[in-house]
Amino acid sequence: MPALVLERRKKCIALQMGAIQNKVAGPVSEELALVQAAKRGDDSAFEELVRRYDRNVFRIAQHITQNREDAEDVVQEAFLKAYGNLAQFQEQSKFYTWLVRIAVNEALMKLRRRKPERTVSLDEDIKTEDDSLPREIADWSPNPEQQYTQAELREILSKTIQGLPPGFRTVFVLRDVEGLSTEETAAALELSVPAVKSRLLRARLQLRDRLSKYFQKRESGNGKNSDAARGDGKQ
Amino acid sequence: MKCADFLQELTNYLDGVLDDKTKAELENHLSWCHNCYVVCDTTKKTIEIYRDSQLYELPDDLRSRLRSAIMTKCLQQKRRGPQSV
Repeated sequence: MPALVLERRKKCIALQMGAIQNKVAGPVSEELALVQAAKRGDDSAFEELVRRYDRNVFRIAQHITQNREDAEDVVQEAFLKAYGNLAQFQEQSKFYTWLVRIAVNEALMKLRRRKPERTVSLDEDIKTEDDSLPREIADWSPNPEQQYTQAELREILSKTIQGLPPGFRTVFVLRDVEGLSTEETAAALELSVPAVKSRLLRARLQLRDRLSKYFQKRESGNGKNSDAARGDGKQ
Repeated sequence: MKCADFLQELTNYLDGVLDDKTKAELENHLSWCHNCYVVCDTTKKTIEIYRDSQLYELPDDLRSRLRSAIMTKCLQQKRRGPQSV
């Protein structure tokens, strides 16, 4: 490849592949003021914290439990525990990170109750062989998500993430969906930073691999994999 | 940089935390290795699709019901005294 073409392609790659921008939570100082007011007994301040984070906790809980009723219970139990133990919250981390830790533990307990025959924990023995190395390298269609209706897409995404072990799923959701930093994710899950990074890489690659069967470029037709869209594909 | 090295650095690259030298090496690798380019591009799309998917959004009516239940239980708990996590 000529040097000029190579240089142009590198610049193009740098632009296209820019870092993922994560969701940013509200100002930490506001959160701290609400926490301190709630500690002094101001229940409206605690209710504001509920209002601020209930959607996040619900998403995290449903991603982990894959069950809406369990997710509703987790939201209630997590906030109730946070309320009851607010005095013990040391304010050395964000309240949200502390709340997420409580919610993740509650969600994992739900999973354990539902699947008592197998251990469910973030430390469960996750295969360390190259099980996440990409198998399907075919490129995707441009804007692949637009090949499906919103309902079909949600079904695909939900089924796909369900196939990941809870330990991978949880790291992916906290880091990539909720936008916690690697350090915050590690603190919330009581894992080391290298463990979070390793699980995140495997989760991302496994999800990418599984989504490829829905989103890869087709040689002919309208690009839509109708079998996959109906959910007949093997996960 | 080999393909295995690229994979090791992929998460740091997508998170924008690579040093300039490693980032340049990785982008040089991507400029000629089509498979790694595809893996990088589609992994980034995977993250974006999930992040933008609005999967498991809390409906307003349920949200309101949950918040009301939470606050009622919190006040009941306050009257009973603290419990442990």
